[in-house]
Amino acid sequence: LLRSSQPLTGPNRRRCREDEKLLGTILDEGERGFVIDTRSAQAAKQARMSGGGTEPKSCYPRWRRLHRALDRGRPLQESFSRLVEACSDPSLSMDRWLSRLDSSRWLGHVKAALSTACLAAQCLDREEANVLVHGAEGTDTTLLVTALAQLILDPSCRTLEGFQGLLEREWIQAGHPFQLRCARSASSHARGKQEAPLFLLFLDCVWQLSRQFPFSLEFGEQLLLALFDNAYASAYGTFLCNNEKERSLCKVKESTHSLWAWLNQPEEKQKFLNPLYSHNPLVIWPSVEPQSIQLWQGLFLRWIRPSQPLEEAWAEIQRLVEGN
Amino acid sequence: MEHIRMPKVENVRLLDRLSSRRAVVGTLYLTATHVIFVENGSETRKETWVLHSQISSIEKQATTATGCPLLIRCKNFQVIQLVIPQERDCHDVYISLIRLARPVKYEELYCFSFNPKLDKEEREQGWKLVDLSEEYNRMGVPNNYWQISDVNRDYGVCDSYPTEVYVPKSATAHIIVGSSKFRSRRRFPALSYYCKGNNASICRSSQPLSGFSARCLEDEQMLQAIRKANPGSDFIYVVDTRPKLNAMANRAAGKGYENEDNYSNIKFQFIGIENIHVMRNSLQKMLEVCELKSPSMSDFLWGLENSGWLKHIKAIMDAGIFIAKAVAEEGVSVLVHCSDGWDRTAQVCSVASLLLDPYYRTMKGFMVLIEKDWVSFGHKFNHRYGNLDGDPKEISPVIDQFIECVWQLMEQFPCAFEFNERFLIHIQHHIYSCQFGNFLCNSQKERRELKIKERTYSLWAHLWKNRADYLNPLYRSDHSQTQGTLHPQIAPCNFLYKFWSGMYNRFEKGLHPRQSVTDYLMAVKEETQQLEEELEVLQERLANLQKSQSGDNKVKSKQQDRSKQTGMYTSNNSLANTPQEYSNDLKSFPSRSPSQGDEEDSALILTQDNLKSSDPDLSANSDQESGVEDLSCRSPSGGGCLPSEDSGKDSDEAVFLAG
Repeated sequence: LLRSSQPLTGPNRRRCREDEKLLGTILDEGERGFVIDTRSAQAAKQARMSGGGTEPKSCYPRWRRLHRALDRGRPLQESFSRLVEACSDPSLSMDRWLSRLDSSRWLGHVKAALSTACLAAQCLDREEANVLVHGAEGTDTTLLVTALAQLILDPSCRTLEGFQGLLEREWIQAGHPFQLRCARSASSHARGKQEAPLFLLFLDCVWQLSRQFPFSLEFGEQLLLALFDNAYASAYGTFLCNNEKERSLCKVKESTHSLWAWLNQPEEKQKFLNPLYSHNPLVIWPSVEPQSIQLWQGLFLRWIRPSQPLEEAWAEIQRLVEGN
Repeated sequence: MEHIRMPKVENVRLLDRLSSRRAVVGTLYLTATHVIFVENGSETRKETWVLHSQISSIEKQATTATGCPLLIRCKNFQVIQLVIPQERDCHDVYISLIRLARPVKYEELYCFSFNPKLDKEEREQGWKLVDLSEEYNRMGVPNNYWQISDVNRDYGVCDSYPTEVYVPKSATAHIIVGSSKFRSRRRFPALSYYCKGNNASICRSSQPLSGFSARCLEDEQMLQAIRKANPGSDFIYVVDTRPKLNAMANRAAGKGYENEDNYSNIKFQFIGIENIHVMRNSLQKMLEVCELKSPSMSDFLWGLENSGWLKHIKAIMDAGIFIAKAVAEEGVSVLVHCSDGWDRTAQVCSVASLLLDPYYRTMKGFMVLIEKDWVSFGHKFNHRYGNLDGDPKEISPVIDQFIECVWQLMEQFPCAFEFNERFLIHIQHHIYSCQFGNFLCNSQKERRELKIKERTYSLWAHLWKNRADYLNPLYRSDHSQTQGTLHPQIAPCNFLYKFWSGMYNRFEKGLHPRQSVTDYLMAVKEETQQLEEELEVLQERLANLQKSQSGDNKVKSKQQDRSKQTGMYTSNNSLANTPQEYSNDLKSFPSRSPSQGDEEDSALILTQDNLKSSDPDLSANSDQESGVEDLSCRSPSGGGCLPSEDSGKDSDEAVFLAG
């Protein structure tokens, strides 16, 4: 599984021998690869006008290109805001609620993200082909797909430790611009142009997986909520800045504490573990039918729904599993 | 058997609902009570059994090159797509099924031939499991305010009511009879639930025949009697569960609702729940959404909204909450009615009772609740659920809605119910299956005339026998959620209502979480119990013996066994897994390899014998919910899959599979 940003083909269909060679070396004799472009075919074509583009078939003969349009940027932020608004409106009738849930399109984004990740996973697992994922910049939807695909495929990413490693690798070090994306969240009126809840979308997808495979993730909803909180506002330096270069310039490692260090303390760790966890060595294939994708109540209704009955239920589960 | 033109057809294909690629070939059998499809397959021979009673509609579709398609839709939301090679055979099957699915006489129904091999006494005992007079005693009646009345002992006053009803002490026979003449279908106000703590009660009736200005002294006295039976309050609520417009329209037909001016000390309230026709259409629309092929999120949400289904569920729930609040918090009695007092009234009274009294949240209590508010009070099971062929306009998912309200509550309060989702699903299944006699006919009178108790078996006994399957592991009777009244929010809480895919997409395995938390926790609970018992035994022995070491070793090894066992349990569940068709672009999909991991399935295949004594449903689709590992899970768009594809890679799985 590889990731990159878009090739700078441009309007004049530029070529780059080195890039072609690089992609060529990845494939063995007779092998094929898939390029999953997270833009629509239309958008990818248009990108050429501003210097970007796609890998032309003639130059990359053994790579087959698949387009899966995943929303990012403004549309995704709008979607998030609309959902949060709908959730916090007490006057809504049931019809209006469903209508607003639908028009927010948030669940559609979750479905699309999971489907694309599954597609990538399928290429790797079933077709045994190499996969290159990229969008435009390679810092948003690309990471969403590669991180989810690894969760689906690799049981070691589903352990608490492995998941932290996944986040470090596929989001933090891969250069997802946290500072730009997670500046203000949904309700703020001062919406930055670069604001977009890609990381939240990722966490939502992870939550969907945990709901469909309640025994297969070593961590629970509490961890996902903690990550959501810390991405936007944190006492720790882990999610600061936009990439490794900036973190190095700001001397983040020298001047702040790591979120992981805190999480991994025995007393804290307890809260984040899933009592039902049992190592599942297999690939977990989620259902992406609409009935299978549910609103993440724990996040979107976090302050609205009565939490006590559910907390009691989890406490009971804990008690049962730990045998009193 | 005379209706069966073709008892057996070979080379029939059973299609996956969404993908014609995943078809299974087998033989179709028609018996007097079931349609059975048996897969040809050397090892599996998986069987799909469908009771004729479950068949809701049959559609013969246009013949194609591959054969003649037949679509069977069931009342329990199972959808079966068959392709029969010869058009003539298909036609014969179609005609036979049409007739078999529309019985004309009760004797044609399965419950009269079903034989679980119990003797007469056991059958009788089964029927005695739920005893309503015991229940009323438990509530605290008869007492100073409420008495039992035998005025209806021969069904002379109201033929859809039971012979024994509870009425206020001051309601004489004269008042009751007079009131019944002023009520639609003679369904006079009678007690549904009595709250010992504050003497408030829930009574139920049908609409008064008040028209625009008619009055009835006895009916007014009846309501006064209800009020007087609760000294703690000087008024009662009268709740009309219909939309105001409908109730007003009824006045033109000489019926209507109570005028506050005529009835002293009542507070009248409309709670607009739509009628049976609206509900029937609502369900229809929702099922259409479920049948969409590869719907987008938007298609689904829009379809769900358009059906209005969740809105109706919430309306019923809100009504129940209002009544429960009136009784528990205000201490005011409530009289509930709709038009005829056998649909919305039943729904709302039973939801309110469930919220008020934790007993109804136990397994036994729930059975009692259904017996009381649905069976004894004359809910028209036959008309509503089509036991016999009848007027399609009478069909409506009334009890289904009540059952869904219970499920929605279970989701909001996971520790509050002694039973689990499977219990609800099986009850719904059997309301339509007519395998047991509890839900036949339209009234207690009809059931007694048919001698149901002597000729059929009780579902409650069957469920009770298998109650281990229906327990909720999170239920503890000393838990705060299980004490006293449940308080669901009314608003804001639309978003707490979820689409019940466990019911409406019950047979699409791929949709549901592949691993059952309920079953796992039940297994853990059982093992903990067993271990605790063993520990006690061992501790006793320890006390007797001098040597402590051997005792320790035994305990340790038992603990290791347990982790192995529970590990095995969950690992087996995790085998039920395969990707859907996430993309149409990938052409080289590996075809399904024939079952390697399916040794487990042989346990699922029920023979004729054990089928009859167990729930036939459990055979029908290796029901994942039954806790048996479903190794042939079927994703909605991808159809069947087998774990061998994944399990082959890990040699440890072989150990687990072999058990």
